[in-house]
Amino acid sequence: MATVERVLGKSIKRREDPRFITGRGTYVDDVKLPGTTWAAFVRSPHAHARIKKIDTAAALKHPGVVAIFTGKDMTGVNSLPCGWLLPELKVPPHMPLASDAARCVGDPVAIVIAESHDAAEDAAEKVKVTWEVLPAVSATDKATAKGSTQIHEVAPSNTAFTWQIGDAAAVETAFRGAARVVKKKIVNQRLVANPMEPRACLASYDRATGDLTLWVTSQNPHVHRLLMCAFVLGIPEHKVRVIAPDVGGAFGSKIFLYNEETICSWATKQIKRPVRWTSSRREAFLTDAHGRDHVTEAEMAFDAQGKIVGLRVKTIANMGAYLSTFAPAVPTYLYATLLNGVYTIPAIHAHVTGVFTNTTPVDAYRGAGRPEAAYLLERMIDAGAAALKLDPADIRKKNFIPKFENGFQTQVALNYDSGNYAAAFDKLLGMLDYKKFRSEQQAARKQGRLLGLGFSTYIEACSIAPSKVVGSLGAQAGLYESGKVRVHPTGGITVYTGSHSHGQGHETTFSQLVADELGVPMESVEIVHGDTGAIPFGMGTYGSRSGSVGGTALLMSLQKIKEKGKKIAAHLLEASPSDIEYTNGQFQVKGFPGKAVPFGQVALTAYVPHNYPAGLEPGLEETSFYDPSNFCFPFGAHACVVEIDRDTGQVKIVRYLAVDDVGNVMNPMIVDGMVHGGIAQGVGQALCEGAVYDDGQLVTGSMMDYALPKADMLPMYETDRTVTPTLVNPLGVKGAGETGTIAATPAVMNAVVDALAPLGVDHIETMPLTAGRVWTIMQSAKR
Amino acid sequence: MYPAAFEYHAPTSVKDALKLLDKLDDAKLLAGGHSLIPMMKLRLAQPKHLIDLGKIKGLAGIKEEKGVFTVGAMTTHWEVESSKPIKAKVPVVSETAAVIGDPAVRNKGTIGGSLAHADPAADMPATAIALGFEFVCEGAKGKRTVKADDWFKGLMTTAVKDNEVLTTIRIPVSGPGSGACYMKFPHPASRFAIVGVCAAVTVDKSGVCKKVGVGVTGAGTKAVRAKGVEAALLNKKLDAATIEAAAQKAADGVDVQPDLQGSVEYKAHLCRVFARRALEAALKRAQG
Ligand SMILES: Cc1cc2nc3c(=O)[nH]c(=O)nc-3n(C[C@H](O)[C@H](O)[C@H](O)COP(=O)(O)OP(=O)(O)OC[C@H]3O[C@@H](n4cnc5c(N)ncnc54)[C@H](O)[C@@H]3O)c2cc1C
Repeated sequence: MATVERVLGKSIKRREDPRFITGRGTYVDDVKLPGTTWAAFVRSPHAHARIKKIDTAAALKHPGVVAIFTGKDMTGVNSLPCGWLLPELKVPPHMPLASDAARCVGDPVAIVIAESHDAAEDAAEKVKVTWEVLPAVSATDKATAKGSTQIHEVAPSNTAFTWQIGDAAAVETAFRGAARVVKKKIVNQRLVANPMEPRACLASYDRATGDLTLWVTSQNPHVHRLLMCAFVLGIPEHKVRVIAPDVGGAFGSKIFLYNEETICSWATKQIKRPVRWTSSRREAFLTDAHGRDHVTEAEMAFDAQGKIVGLRVKTIANMGAYLSTFAPAVPTYLYATLLNGVYTIPAIHAHVTGVFTNTTPVDAYRGAGRPEAAYLLERMIDAGAAALKLDPADIRKKNFIPKFENGFQTQVALNYDSGNYAAAFDKLLGMLDYKKFRSEQQAARKQGRLLGLGFSTYIEACSIAPSKVVGSLGAQAGLYESGKVRVHPTGGITVYTGSHSHGQGHETTFSQLVADELGVPMESVEIVHGDTGAIPFGMGTYGSRSGSVGGTALLMSLQKIKEKGKKIAAHLLEASPSDIEYTNGQFQVKGFPGKAVPFGQVALTAYVPHNYPAGLEPGLEETSFYDPSNFCFPFGAHACVVEIDRDTGQVKIVRYLAVDDVGNVMNPMIVDGMVHGGIAQGVGQALCEGAVYDDGQLVTGSMMDYALPKADMLPMYETDRTVTPTLVNPLGVKGAGETGTIAATPAVMNAVVDALAPLGVDHIETMPLTAGRVWTIMQSAKR
Repeated sequence: MYPAAFEYHAPTSVKDALKLLDKLDDAKLLAGGHSLIPMMKLRLAQPKHLIDLGKIKGLAGIKEEKGVFTVGAMTTHWEVESSKPIKAKVPVVSETAAVIGDPAVRNKGTIGGSLAHADPAADMPATAIALGFEFVCEGAKGKRTVKADDWFKGLMTTAVKDNEVLTTIRIPVSGPGSGACYMKFPHPASRFAIVGVCAAVTVDKSGVCKKVGVGVTGAGTKAVRAKGVEAALLNKKLDAATIEAAAQKAADGVDVQPDLQGSVEYKAHLCRVFARRALEAALKRAQG
């Protein structure tokens, strides 16, 4: 019998793409129910204002209006929860509809429900809100200033939390003995996620059964259900089904429980009709959780040879107007715990203040905390190289943690799984032809050209776990995953995964895993995700956890299937189960290739158990929950070459190189896609993206003002990989969803600083590096 | 967003359109809809009536007579961009149309709509000024022609009156020894012009500038003629130094507006940079 071709690790084309690219996907907005009503929200135009009165009389008379509710109507409904409680965290109420005051532009104060989208929008304009406008604060570093407006009663000085990690005394000592200390202000600007599909929901209450079904753009429908039922609406979970069908991108912004789906879920029960809401792009800018927004003072101390001896970090992190679902975790456990980077840093201390401002809430956005950490470290090590007149490649090599295969304890709590940082960097230098580049740069500089190279040697933490540990750190949820495998009588397989695909390609990679493990064709495998009615439970997809956690849960179930199959096969073959092995889609007696039964026959036997082992349950279906023992830590080395137009300040990326190590690779094409998109997003932050507030008004609130990276800004990437499998999970996969975003931003920034070095520039505080900003820096440098 | 409710009218002649304009309260003409409809979707504009010019025969199309192109107001950017006669005789007009938005925008947006709308960051206005377009407006009392210099009045306001339709744009063909170029520094988000400069020069055999037009868009509240630059070039022998010196005057008379993309100094500087680049390219074409 021919061996079945292995598919895991192959660049199989994405099975889901034909559906997407021919417009046959089913997104929330495509789900049609009879009798559906449309919701529009009345939102605050003010950054901070007391609500004196809401007059709905005129709006109620608008033709087609079904109902209008304000916060006062939502009795018995609780605040939206914060799912990560730091010690002494100030958790202000975050009511789905604000009824006392609005605290950011876009804060919803009423829902207008009508027979059509137009009627809802028109009537919403007729709701008259009497506001008492209050002073607002939007700047991260001004929130706690004396005299700033107080946003929440429970949070004096607008401080949500102060938090620290590391050893302050050890840092103090290290700094005292240091040969050189570099100190820089580092601003990691606020970003807007902007997935292609805006958020949407459709809530439908069934009068007959009392069940509620919510279709929602979610990365984690079970988490949505849990938070909404248990914390806000007080409905038992078994009466609620949450479905996240095809979801068109998220980048973190669809993890969180938002006001809109909560209000629609409540409202459908009031009016006994389905209620739909789909965000406009303008609403998306104002209400999707934003990302990043740190202002940091960082100090890095070096010995005379350029070895890092200490790092001190003080960060103010903007939480926005309320605490979004996982907001407090991002600038603490997902940021400061990564400040060891890929370097040996004997002493680290980080202090973080989370502040409230009159801005859209900030939460996890692709990378979430890790890009901020990598950006800081990569900027600081380059600043150190400049101060010590060292080559940025040499200073990195001097400081890399040496190769390790099973465990490295950092100064900031984490224990890295496996790493070989110098190897990835060496590979990058080879691809770059580093020496040659530097001589070309010399020549270019002589001609007055501004050519620069930036490195970024980063680490990231994926698939955060185990549940016990994250629980002790404040998470209100576990971080395991479930995977259920149902083998049908005729051998077809349906997989139910708690991971959720919104661009990651699970339908392909998980099918590959099943096909490879069971030796069956991919076509006989179906992947089901995103439905609490079908899937046991799921923590969802974010933080590059699907392959490592969801994939492993699935693998565990596949192994159980094989174990049970061996018992059935042994019975059929009249052998002992311990003598049965599974190869090429067959159960066979070890050493007797002829004595075998195919997988399909075992499946059929499991469901038609006429000739069946005594005491064995019929059926072939297994469920597993996997709670990893540790995070996984992908890493890599990126390089960016830029040239700056002296006339305009425009930065042009000439080359972009990436060597990533994501452990074992399940589908290289999908990983490449992730890396490519991630780099584009990282470049976007460096060169053009940025949410700008002016006195609480978002001035970059549309695609006309907020610049996303475009294809013509990017060169052809030069990418490669090293492979250092993790020992944390049996697949050896680490996670590939965020590496590009984490790595690219500092690579571009370091390249621009390097290009401007002949003008005396050694640091730039603020991104994005728009042409205007770069030109202004060039002018002041010349002076 | 959804626009507020409005009534839609589709006249089939300019006369009927004018009648509707006269009769209806709060009516707007609709051309390609690529400026007006986005504003309506954001509810920044909420006209009660839209009068669609799309069904009127004869409002679109490109003709050439006696050294002048007549381009119907409803001619799309794409038709302008791809027109063989325009490419052959006034290539800069095709080039300007080609850098407006993306293909979808160019397939719907019209030259008349763009010039009537007069977005301060629109591209075609710079070229209209540099080449000296003429604008034919039709009202109840008949037609009148407005010169480019009298067309752009202020922020999104032009010489066309509320009860008129811009029907035709006249584009003069320059004689031998002429060259022109439009150069744009696009906004990273919208790709409209942060600054755009169109330069058109005619030189004699010895390289002396006999005719020059320079239009600047993007930087201020409306597109303007860079008179200082023109004066510094006219009747001078054009070389790098002359151009460089003349370009220094490109921001004179521009009410430069600062925004997130740059300060007043920066945008004024960009006017000079792009004036120089556009002039250099125009001269090369004139001589080449
Ligand atoms: C995504 C996007 C990108 C764009 N990028 C660019 C760009 O890079 N550069 C650029 O220059 N433009 C850009 N535009 C604008 C585009 O060129 C528009 O098509 C143009 O500005 C308006 O033309 P229109 O035919 O669409 O006019 P409409 O939107 O239909 O009308 C615009 C205004 O002009 C009036 N009007 C239209 N026709 C007449 C007429 N014949 N007589 C009197 N009044 C009239 C209307 O009443 C209305 O007030 C962009 C637009 C979009 C949507």
